[in-house]
Amino acid sequence: MTDVATEEAAAHGAEHGEGLVFHPLDQFKITRLFGEGPIEWYTPTNATLWMALAIVAILVIFVFGSKGRALIPSRLQSIGEMAYGFVYKMVEDVAGHDGAKFFPMIMTLFIFILTANMLGLLPGSFTPTSHIAVTAVLGFGFFIFVTLLGFAKNGAHFLGLFWMSDAPLILRPIIAVIEVISYFVRPVSHSIRLAGNIMAGHAVMKVFAAFAPLVLMSAIGYVVTPVSILAITAIYALEVLVAFIQAYVFTILACVYLKDALHPGH
Amino acid sequence: MELAAAAAMGKFIGAGLAAIGSGAAAIGVGNVAGNFLAGALRNPSAAGSQTATLFIGLAFAEALGIFSFLVALLLMFAV
Repeated sequence: MTDVATEEAAAHGAEHGEGLVFHPLDQFKITRLFGEGPIEWYTPTNATLWMALAIVAILVIFVFGSKGRALIPSRLQSIGEMAYGFVYKMVEDVAGHDGAKFFPMIMTLFIFILTANMLGLLPGSFTPTSHIAVTAVLGFGFFIFVTLLGFAKNGAHFLGLFWMSDAPLILRPIIAVIEVISYFVRPVSHSIRLAGNIMAGHAVMKVFAAFAPLVLMSAIGYVVTPVSILAITAIYALEVLVAFIQAYVFTILACVYLKDALHPGH
Repeated sequence: MELAAAAAMGKFIGAGLAAIGSGAAAIGVGNVAGNFLAGALRNPSAAGSQTATLFIGLAFAEALGIFSFLVALLLMFAV
């Protein structure tokens, strides 16, 4: 096994020398911002830097946006108002009127994920939401909160979420098992969906980017290079859409889980 | 040594097989969007209120494709 490992390492080194360079996942490496050494939980890394930048961007948009409170809103104020209205309507539509109490938390989730995704699209930047470590904290944190909230609000009635009272009696235990499994898979799929989508999009862009310098190496590059540059442009546009849709999907699923906690039972 | 080579080969074959799942998820996503459009054209006034349901359905269909992509990545880079 060690032979294969050394061979692989040699091949990895040789790839840097000449020919096409394919390292689509290198962009997700976590590095220290300052100096050398191991990465501890308190070390400032590129991930923490870009999360902090996302928070600063949010603060700038919303603090300066809500400063004027003009009747005819400025551009910054329009962004803030649109985001607020959009998320508020979503919470009220999905989670119901008593779900609106939890609007600040949902809004925080949405704005943080959206801003982190959008900042990650800047060339050379780092996307914190492409790491399962980041999204799992958001997903599992929300899952634990929602479960505790369900028991606190409804007590044992919360278990009615798993007990289909309108199914035939024989089927109910089987359905209950399936429902319990699907309930506990929720945070996993919730967090992997976001990280996977963002990671996949960025990796695809990098793969096409690796084809772009082919024109410097061989004649076929005159065909491949323009096509790959066009493809990067198109995929980049798609990624802007995905960055928004994944933030939206994460938030709307959070609203659905919140609704289940507030009104369990089928 | 032969065993290691076979394992290295199987890794990539497995990653390729896992990528089939992405195609299956594409069929699912297309189904969701196509059926939504078919329903929306029959009753456009009800379509606006159902976009949230559309995105939830898309998300569930897409998540499984992402899972297969993740399996492929794990086989390629982590195993």
